[in-house]
Amino acid sequence: MTGRGVLITLFLFTLAVFVFAAAGEGEWLQKVPQKDRARLNPLANDPDAPAAGAKIFAEHCAQCHGEDAQGKNDGKHVRPNLHADRVKKATPGELFWLLTNGSLKNGMPSWSRLPEPHRWQLITYLKSLP
Amino acid sequence: MLLMLSLDATQLQLMNLPILTRSSFLVMLAVAILAPKSLLAQENYFVTYSHELEEPGNLELELKNVTGAPKGGNPFVASALEFEYGVKTWWTTELYLDGQTTVSESTVFTGFRLENRVRPLLREHWINPILYFEFEDINGADKALLEVVGHDSRADFLTRNDRAEKKREAELKLILSSNFKGWNVSENIIAEKNLAGPPWEFGYALGASRALALAVSAKPCKFCRENFALGGELYGGLGERYSFGLADTSHYLGPVLTWNIPRGPSVRVSPNFGLNHNSNGFLFRFMVSYEIDQFLSKLRKQQ
Repeated sequence: MTGRGVLITLFLFTLAVFVFAAAGEGEWLQKVPQKDRARLNPLANDPDAPAAGAKIFAEHCAQCHGEDAQGKNDGKHVRPNLHADRVKKATPGELFWLLTNGSLKNGMPSWSRLPEPHRWQLITYLKSLP
Repeated sequence: MLLMLSLDATQLQLMNLPILTRSSFLVMLAVAILAPKSLLAQENYFVTYSHELEEPGNLELELKNVTGAPKGGNPFVASALEFEYGVKTWWTTELYLDGQTTVSESTVFTGFRLENRVRPLLREHWINPILYFEFEDINGADKALLEVVGHDSRADFLTRNDRAEKKREAELKLILSSNFKGWNVSENIIAEKNLAGPPWEFGYALGASRALALAVSAKPCKFCRENFALGGELYGGLGERYSFGLADTSHYLGPVLTWNIPRGPSVRVSPNFGLNHNSNGFLFRFMVSYEIDQFLSKLRKQQ
């Protein structure tokens, strides 16, 4: 393959990937499988979990959702308020699913790189928000 | 720097650190002072990529270094300064500037690399693929060793700085990565093509790592186990299109230790050991990285 052929192949490959990725997924809440929805938070009653979750939130989440978790709107991106009813009503399993998978099309990254206990601690913190 | 001192203080001539390395440290120091709310970086390898991408809007500055003393050649320190930007949750783009200093020779800028990583599947799976495309314009004196392909060997470290030919290459990687019970396991398959004509070259990189503690402690701390990750990586060449296999290839293995300082930089070290006679006996890798959250938004606000 010539150098030009390689570059054309690379370009077409990239284009195909972007078109595929742009097709995206829909609203995350409807996508949560039933077995994930029903998962319980093993650290829900851990007295240290809210404080530990607050540390994780400050480190990874506050940049988008704000230090007080009230959300952010810079005119271009709307980052949800985590005190909102839909977060309060979401089951721990649904929140765990969202943290694990993200909602990549809507700008929410996957946090699967955080070990599971980190994610449960974060959920305990979110559930403790007023 | 202390690490380098303990390695080989007389030969490495620390007062003559590469210009790129010194200026890079200054840039990173300035950023560290100017961006107090930066976040920690999370990748735990030097050569292997996981499926972790940069968060959208974040800019990570990373200075990767490798030092070694090849048999029959002069000791060197090679650096790659990386600017990694999260364009989308599923797309990260990067620019590398490479340089090196070889004792008794010179300090040279060896070229640049442009790289993109794209995540085609938008959910988490047992194995998560990432597609990687890179264009590099570097010369033969480059010793950053960001990957090993084809029949790369320790003889490559002996190329004199004043006799280094220019190379334009395209590189593709298939990155496969899984997170499981606190572990990350990643496999990279590498294909590289010199655009001037030589055949495709192949390589691999494998890595596994785990945080030392899976739960976060309630109190703020810098030295808690949760801030450290320990792992290892194995990488090497797989020959080329017409001579695929392990013959005349080089391979390296080494542990990797990462310290993610909360709300600060990440520091990573890795001693690498050559596994056969084509490999350099010992290389020492060290890096520091710093992530600036919502970089463009901050710039806009300042304007």
